[in-house]
Amino acid sequence: MAKPTDLVQGTLDLLILRTLALQPMHGWGIAQRIRQVSNEVLQVHQGALYPALHRLEQQGWIRAKWGESENNRRAKFYSLTPDGVKYLRQEQAQWKRLSQAINLVVSEA
Amino acid sequence: MRWLQKLRTQLATLRRSRADSDLDAELRFHLDQQIAENLAAGMNAEEARRVAIHSFGHLTTVREETRSTWSWTSVESFFRDLVAGLRSLSRSPGFACTAILVIALGLGGNIAIFAVIRSVLLKPLPFHDPSRLVVLYQGQQKDHEVNLPIDAGSFWEWQRAINNSAELALVAPPGQYGLSTRGGELPEMIDAGCVSWNFFHLLGVQPVLGHTFNQTEDSLSAPATVMLADSLWRRRFNADPSVIGSQIWLDARPYTVIGVLPSWFKYEGKMAGGRIQVWVPIQHETAASLMHTYEDHEFFALARLAPGISATLLYNQLTAVQLQIKAAHTGPAVRDSVMGHSLLDDAVSDYRTPLLTIFAATGCVLLIACLNVGSLLVARNAARRKELAIRTALGAGRMRLLRERLVESILLSSGGGLIGILFASAAISWLVHTRQDMNRVDGIHIDPTVALFAVAAVVLCGFFIGLISVWVINSKSLLGPLQESSRGNSASASRTGLRRTLLAAEVGLTVILLVGAGLLLKSYLRLRTTDLGISSDNVLTMQFNLPEVRYNKSVQKAAFMEELLRGVRAVPGVQTAGLITTAPGQGWGGDFLISVPEHPPGANSAGLDVLVRAADPGYFAAAGIPILRGRTFASRERLDHADVVLISRKAANRFFFNEDPLGKHVRIDAMGKVFLIIGVVGDTRWTISQPDHPTLYMPIFGNVSSATLLVRSSRNVEALSIPIQSVINTMDRDLPVAYAETLRETIEKSVLSAEFNSLLVLGFAVVALLLAAAGLYGVLAYLVTQRTNEIGVRVALGAQRAQILRLTLLDGLRPALVGLIVGLAGSVAVAKLIRSLLYGIETYDSTVFLAVITILLAVATLACTIPAWRASRLDPLQALRME
Repeated sequence: MAKPTDLVQGTLDLLILRTLALQPMHGWGIAQRIRQVSNEVLQVHQGALYPALHRLEQQGWIRAKWGESENNRRAKFYSLTPDGVKYLRQEQAQWKRLSQAINLVVSEA
Repeated sequence: MRWLQKLRTQLATLRRSRADSDLDAELRFHLDQQIAENLAAGMNAEEARRVAIHSFGHLTTVREETRSTWSWTSVESFFRDLVAGLRSLSRSPGFACTAILVIALGLGGNIAIFAVIRSVLLKPLPFHDPSRLVVLYQGQQKDHEVNLPIDAGSFWEWQRAINNSAELALVAPPGQYGLSTRGGELPEMIDAGCVSWNFFHLLGVQPVLGHTFNQTEDSLSAPATVMLADSLWRRRFNADPSVIGSQIWLDARPYTVIGVLPSWFKYEGKMAGGRIQVWVPIQHETAASLMHTYEDHEFFALARLAPGISATLLYNQLTAVQLQIKAAHTGPAVRDSVMGHSLLDDAVSDYRTPLLTIFAATGCVLLIACLNVGSLLVARNAARRKELAIRTALGAGRMRLLRERLVESILLSSGGGLIGILFASAAISWLVHTRQDMNRVDGIHIDPTVALFAVAAVVLCGFFIGLISVWVINSKSLLGPLQESSRGNSASASRTGLRRTLLAAEVGLTVILLVGAGLLLKSYLRLRTTDLGISSDNVLTMQFNLPEVRYNKSVQKAAFMEELLRGVRAVPGVQTAGLITTAPGQGWGGDFLISVPEHPPGANSAGLDVLVRAADPGYFAAAGIPILRGRTFASRERLDHADVVLISRKAANRFFFNEDPLGKHVRIDAMGKVFLIIGVVGDTRWTISQPDHPTLYMPIFGNVSSATLLVRSSRNVEALSIPIQSVINTMDRDLPVAYAETLRETIEKSVLSAEFNSLLVLGFAVVALLLAAAGLYGVLAYLVTQRTNEIGVRVALGAQRAQILRLTLLDGLRPALVGLIVGLAGSVAVAKLIRSLLYGIETYDSTVFLAVITILLAVATLACTIPAWRASRLDPLQALRME
């Protein structure tokens, strides 16, 4: 199980953006969703998650709004901006190319 | 839009404490969710908490990591620069105040004159679609004459010929009427406009009350109708709406008021000032003969171009019509071409060159102010070299230092701009008050365009000054100061070189301003002392108009005038008095074309233009016009026996070259009468700035209804105004008297614009000279301080004080001399540009140039003397010890 801090920073960004593409979420929800969808393989630590979220927000790919969580607690919800949607598509395409190339090199014939 | 999102986020992070608490809340939420999950997984409260906190990691680290993503934003660093700039400026208040004041002086003048240019020259006229409005004049191509008044006969033909290309209206120059609102009341003399019925419709002006003229009212036989200007309606009728339908009396004739015009409406042009109080239909006011002649030119026309028609097209079409007219009607007075210009040009083209000249002068002053402040900043930065060097060594980038300098100079120029706007408002009020004669002067104020210009000027100045002050900053030289030893502390060559260049530029601009001011001033003085042809001291004039109603017979008019002269001549203090239709210096007064029956056809036989005046026999003696040949009118030469004339010397020389005009005749074609020439008199000017024109004088008794009384006294003629008016009052209680002024006042009014221009530019030149002198002093003082060591060494090695004095003086004068030469070269070009404003002097008047050179050298030497003197007085021991 690779620790999430080993992940390249850009990959974590991709995970977060893809998760937010489905619906706006708070930080806890994002971490949960990534864990569930990856079958418990990718567990994002808070120490990586929140800096990433704030960085993405500073760069304008996502925006934050305070709202009410499922159990009526005050939480900060993140959502994709239109530019973020475009950026996500770009990064997905990039990831696909990169991972296919790595696969070609690493896998045995 | 991403940048907008970024900006929003960045602005949010500025609110530091808020962002911190938000982050804490966010992390706390995450922790609470983890605890809840742990509880749901079956742990007890205590354990759930412990596990959650443990898995969370070190809270502070998480917080710091997250906070580190909050970047230094451009907004935040700009604010930091701003605060740093303010703090450093407040540490040297003297410098900051001086700089701000100097910039304010430059900006204030610039903004004020721009406001004038905007409102007078640039802003479109307030009429409907004003770009389609043109004023039409005639020309006489064979005589190369342009912009002449038109005749009514041609106007009607034009209207018939071009009814699709344009709508035309006929306009007469304003006349004077005596207005009374009640019968029998003492009338007030006002200006009245005579226009075609469609004049207001053409301009697109709607009356606020009543309606404009309709076509039936614009005829000789129609009942008399009048429209009031808003100012008259408020002043004499207290804005009473029931004025419509009531009657007013103009020259003792009743007119029905049919409309009131809006308060913003003012008609200003070359042949019409903006003081018209009432409007009457032109055909109702004008004799039928004048309305249909081709030979008497008293009017001009207004045209609104139809869409798609250009002005040039219209002029060409009308010229073709005019040529047909000329072919059909022989007569030397019929014109042969048509021209015109836009209504805006008609109103303001006379002011274009003077205003642009003054604007350029304020631009020069602003430039000098910027150079001055830039130079000051260079000196100030020189004192901070070590600080800059240390910061560079610690990692500050060059852009960072440049930005700080720019912020500082923009702060200075903003301060200067704020105070400059105050200066500008004051200047504008003064200007509007002084130049009431200028067309469109009432609309001058600081509107949004001017405010925008002010902001742009502030930013430009800030950048310009900032760029000057950073000129010498480059990375290589930045670290130099750290290596300097305190002994060898001399000014860096590039820095002093820069300041010297700035100074030379300042001096150059100052020279240009001084030359311009000198030329304008000399021109104004020349104008002011021009001879009108008669001695203009202690001469009083006043005008009156005998209304038709009471003086409809020539005998009555003659009797009144004679009685008036008797009464006025008897007033104590009056030396002489005379009557004339238009006094010298008081305007064109009307002209006619004459022909000389005795001359064979050819030159000097027909189509000769003369100014026409009517005078009483004693006028020439009263005015002081010498009778060079022949005699004045005899007493019996009046009424029906008045076909004698005197001509001016210029007329005699031009039309009767080499022959004696006495005994010959002239024929005024438009009047169809022949006159005998009985005398030749001296020339007088009709206005001070134009050369004298051939003039013809006929007897006044019985022939005219309005005249000017000219009174000469040995001293203090103004005091005679009241006694003379009471003489007139005794003779006719209801006769108004207007425009009582001395000839000296008339001249002063005519030269008002020349006086204004020259004094204004002179003021700017003086300010520029002071700034340049201050700059010169500053640079030399700085140089002396920098070279204290060197001077100390020199003195210690035996240099005389006088030698040091001379050395320093020359050092300071060198940039001034360079500036002088460059400035003189520039002045030559500038003098050519303002040639149209100069009167009676050479464009390259040597007196002015010499005076400027002398003044500049004197001031420069004076400015340099103090630092040079101080340098020569240096104690060598002190100097060598300075670090």
